[in-house]
Amino acid sequence: MTRAVLMRELRLALRSGGGAGLGLVFFLIVILLIPFGVGPDETLLALIAPGTLWIAALLACLLSLDRIFQADYEDGTLDILTLSPMPLEGLVAIKGLAHWLTTGLPLVIAAPVLGLTLSLPAPAYGWLIASLLVGTPALSFLGTIGAALTVGVRRGGLLLSLLVLPLYIPTLIFGASVVTSAAEGQSVTTAFQLLGGITLFTLALAPFTAAATLRMQMR
Amino acid sequence: MSLTVNNLSCERGGRLILRDVSFSLQAGEIMVLRGPNGAGKSTLIRALCGFLRCDGEATLNAMPLRDRDAWQDQIAYAGHLDAIKPQLTVGENLSFWSALYGGSVDHAAEVFRLTEIWDRPANVCSAGQKRRLGLARLLVAERPLWLLDEPTVSLDADMTATVAGVIRDHAAAGGMVLAATHIDLGLTDTKQLDLLPVSADTPTNDPFLEGWT
Repeated sequence: MTRAVLMRELRLALRSGGGAGLGLVFFLIVILLIPFGVGPDETLLALIAPGTLWIAALLACLLSLDRIFQADYEDGTLDILTLSPMPLEGLVAIKGLAHWLTTGLPLVIAAPVLGLTLSLPAPAYGWLIASLLVGTPALSFLGTIGAALTVGVRRGGLLLSLLVLPLYIPTLIFGASVVTSAAEGQSVTTAFQLLGGITLFTLALAPFTAAATLRMQMR
Repeated sequence: MSLTVNNLSCERGGRLILRDVSFSLQAGEIMVLRGPNGAGKSTLIRALCGFLRCDGEATLNAMPLRDRDAWQDQIAYAGHLDAIKPQLTVGENLSFWSALYGGSVDHAAEVFRLTEIWDRPANVCSAGQKRRLGLARLLVAERPLWLLDEPTVSLDADMTATVAGVIRDHAAAGGMVLAATHIDLGLTDTKQLDLLPVSADTPTNDPFLEGWT
């Protein structure tokens, strides 16, 4: 049952109009434009690389959030899913996971290559991958709450961004701080633990919050 | 197996749509909901799906409506929307529902003649074909109470007769059906529930709307 829902989500995202590649392409474009805008000064690029990579990844995640529930709400699928034996909380969790697999995971894979174009210092690559791997699930799952809140709103993308961005800030601060510390050769333990803590808290809380919100939206 | 509804009242958007609706349904019975547009037929059906917050009592097989999850596990619902993903084929759509609800697709595909369009993407299906696919879910789910909202819209005469047959079979097997419809499905021995629009000046019990005239 879980597998059927997950496979369906992935299939829908990967077929035409699903928008799975959207976040990745946005991420590539933003990062590749930075050296043109900032100039080819390697020390400066290395200095801003961690923050830039994390901000671009966060915005790329944001881009496809409104697809999590909107289509299912509009074509009546959400009603039928609610009546199914699967609890709505489980459904939200699977949708969050599918969003991460199609949006967050490609970013994790592309980030080290793009770090190269920003002359990210060598010791930071491992921690860049690790911080994105640990941090991006929180972005997808916080996104399910925002997506549930704006599910009945037409063209609710802007409202969704306004609601979700403040919630993203802790993840951004600690994620970027992990990479910065690693680039400067300092200890990353505290920031990395806090980043992991935020993600675990979000993974535990978001399915229940988003499911309760969806139930209210269906009235 | 039985459904009992006692004094069910429902508000939507601050307006009372249903007031004190009461009826009961036994195993093997079919009830047709009638009433003009805006009388609250869809609202009643969605209320019995557990989607809306309502006042009053409703019991399905000794399960109160308040026990939402257990209640919803006994419902099969076919509404205005067919819940079909245009990017998937007819077969993929139906197979997904069977994987989720745990039934078999063969019987449903045969009854609603979906085998001939099994590999067709749902976005090139006609309105009638989509509706057939949406209704096929009823036979996959195997739930005791069917809640149908205008099930025969955009179906041809043959298929309308098939739907009537499917409804009759479900009742004959001990199920219950509550269907809102404007056309005569040719069903015999049905109960009928007439809904009338609730007059606009009925006071609501929403404190935010008190004094709003």
